[in-house]
Amino acid sequence: MSTGVEAVAAKGWLGAHKWLLLRRASQLGILALFLLGPLAGVWIVKGNLTFSYTLNFLPLTDPYILLQSLLTRHLPETKAFVGAAIVLAFYLLVGGRVFCSWVCPVNMVTDAAGWLRERLGIKGGAHISRRTRYWILAMTLVLALATGTIAWELANPVSMFHRGLIFGMGAGWAVILALFLFELFVSNDGWCGRLCPVGAFYSLLGKFSFVRVTAAKRAACNDCMDCFVVCPEPQVIRPALKGVDGAGPVILAANCTNCGRCIDVCSKEVFAFGTRFGNKVAKVSQPAGEMTPAACK
Amino acid sequence: MEADKPRKPAAQARRQFLLDSARMACGVGLLGIGIGLYAKQAKALPPLALRPPGALKEKDFLGACVRCGLCVRDCPYDILSLATPDEPISTGTPYFVARQLPCEMCEDIPCVKACPTGALDHQLTDIGKAKMGLAVLVDQENCLNFLGLRCDICYRICPLIDKAITLEQQLNARTGKHALFIPVVHSDQCTGCGKCEKGCPLPVAAIKVYPTELAKGEPGKHYRLGWVEKDKAGGSLVAPDVQHQYNLPEGMRYESGKGLVPGGEAAPAVPPGSAAPGTQPVVPRALQGGKL
Ligand code: SF4
Ligand code: SF4
Ligand code: SF4
Ligand code: SF4
Repeated sequence: MSTGVEAVAAKGWLGAHKWLLLRRASQLGILALFLLGPLAGVWIVKGNLTFSYTLNFLPLTDPYILLQSLLTRHLPETKAFVGAAIVLAFYLLVGGRVFCSWVCPVNMVTDAAGWLRERLGIKGGAHISRRTRYWILAMTLVLALATGTIAWELANPVSMFHRGLIFGMGAGWAVILALFLFELFVSNDGWCGRLCPVGAFYSLLGKFSFVRVTAAKRAACNDCMDCFVVCPEPQVIRPALKGVDGAGPVILAANCTNCGRCIDVCSKEVFAFGTRFGNKVAKVSQPAGEMTPAACK
Repeated sequence: MEADKPRKPAAQARRQFLLDSARMACGVGLLGIGIGLYAKQAKALPPLALRPPGALKEKDFLGACVRCGLCVRDCPYDILSLATPDEPISTGTPYFVARQLPCEMCEDIPCVKACPTGALDHQLTDIGKAKMGLAVLVDQENCLNFLGLRCDICYRICPLIDKAITLEQQLNARTGKHALFIPVVHSDQCTGCGKCEKGCPLPVAAIKVYPTELAKGEPGKHYRLGWVEKDKAGGSLVAPDVQHQYNLPEGMRYESGKGLVPGGEAAPAVPPGSAAPGTQPVVPRALQGGKL
């Protein structure tokens, strides 16, 4: 209940919501750029997240859909490859799942569901392993190979939502509503944290990405547990924060979305953005293994 | 067996891991089969939806198109849309409905140029070679020209007039003296733009553009057309041609346009059915429904 209260007291409301506000600005801003064309006739960006063309100059391709297309044994035009290379390079720099926390429109839906879930005090629900998304990712690739079509696009709520907002939703609203209700009642972080193969794909880039959140001042941690509560992937924090098995302070786990919620919520300013190479082991405040599993939710 | 023996923790963990994996594989596999079957259904394009010019064969198109909508954006006439999940077309792919807005056959084909994947084939540079579908005069009972009127709209509106659609004259059997001007579509020329379907003045179009696979028949691979083969060979391939002999009743002769008439000499000047180019073909009375 009191998550974040200490942070607000220590840093002020704005200071305790800085990254959240920036993130929403990024998500909405990107969407606005896409909508400016169809709604206002100002064509800065054309297309949608699967492929877009900015100022008739910059191609951006979703490497995940390009991979599926390649598996159907189609060889796309060069432009699509160039777009994918730019996107890959970008996420290798800023963090794979930055797509999830800073770009993907579904994130706002699932975050809203999570917020409401906490408000209504809804607890528990179905247990779905966080590994499921990798199975689904593999399944979508096998489907492309087996059917010779990008079959996952028939069901993918991520592209369906983004495309729908720009080109017309149709019954896509029902899919998004279902996703919202699923997150609300069935499984906390159920879609983004456990099932979504798009996030799973980008997490693979996160294994190598340059920008990472680091628990640089982990010695100052007072075990309030707020970061574990706000983190959409709480399992990634523990090794870095607690120095499990001598781990350094950088959160190297691929599923960290670089959302910065832990930075916002920490009153002791333990976390900051850094790089994966600032990972020398500093003094660890306390021995590993004090965390109770319950705290990890 | 060894069920009641206490398990070593490692073995138990392995067992749990295998169980979890099996569970996951089954669940996700089921989901995959579901989507796969749905994808199989979605491979067939409904008859009224047409793909933009240059679209690959439907099966290949569904593996190539990334559903970005750039073709939609660059079409100056705004005829294309991306399918929403409730439409019976593979979600997110571009299509148009000819009866609503046909393709205007832009000379520079901006939709094809915009496509980043080659789902719309960049080899297509002459819009006259596009194959979006094939026009078929499906309703020969209501087509005004079939009724003997001179509507001609589909013919006149066709960007490839006299190539993709021609008017073929036939005798109007109802009146016995007028002509029918039958619109005939030629599949080697028709681009499937849909202008004819859009233009048809009936409340429901008599001429419709269908995806080519639906519209077109295919002759048996072994079929040879005798007259074509003969032309190729420069003469009959089986036996030397002989003049056709008519076995007419005695004292009767055949006269073009009239049929059998009493009188001596037979051997018509022009064999029945053939006509000098540009003139009304002559149909024997016997075939006109009259008595001999
Ligand atoms: S996990 Fe999927 S739906 Fe969630 S934010 Fe990432 S890409 Fe979007
Ligand atoms: S040829 Fe022109 S009118 Fe036809 S779909 Fe392409 S852009 Fe649109
Ligand atoms: S531009 Fe090409 S890839 Fe994009 S929607 Fe149109 S056909 Fe598909
Ligand atoms: S669809 Fe109709 S109008 Fe278009 S080329 Fe074919 S016959 Fe002509």
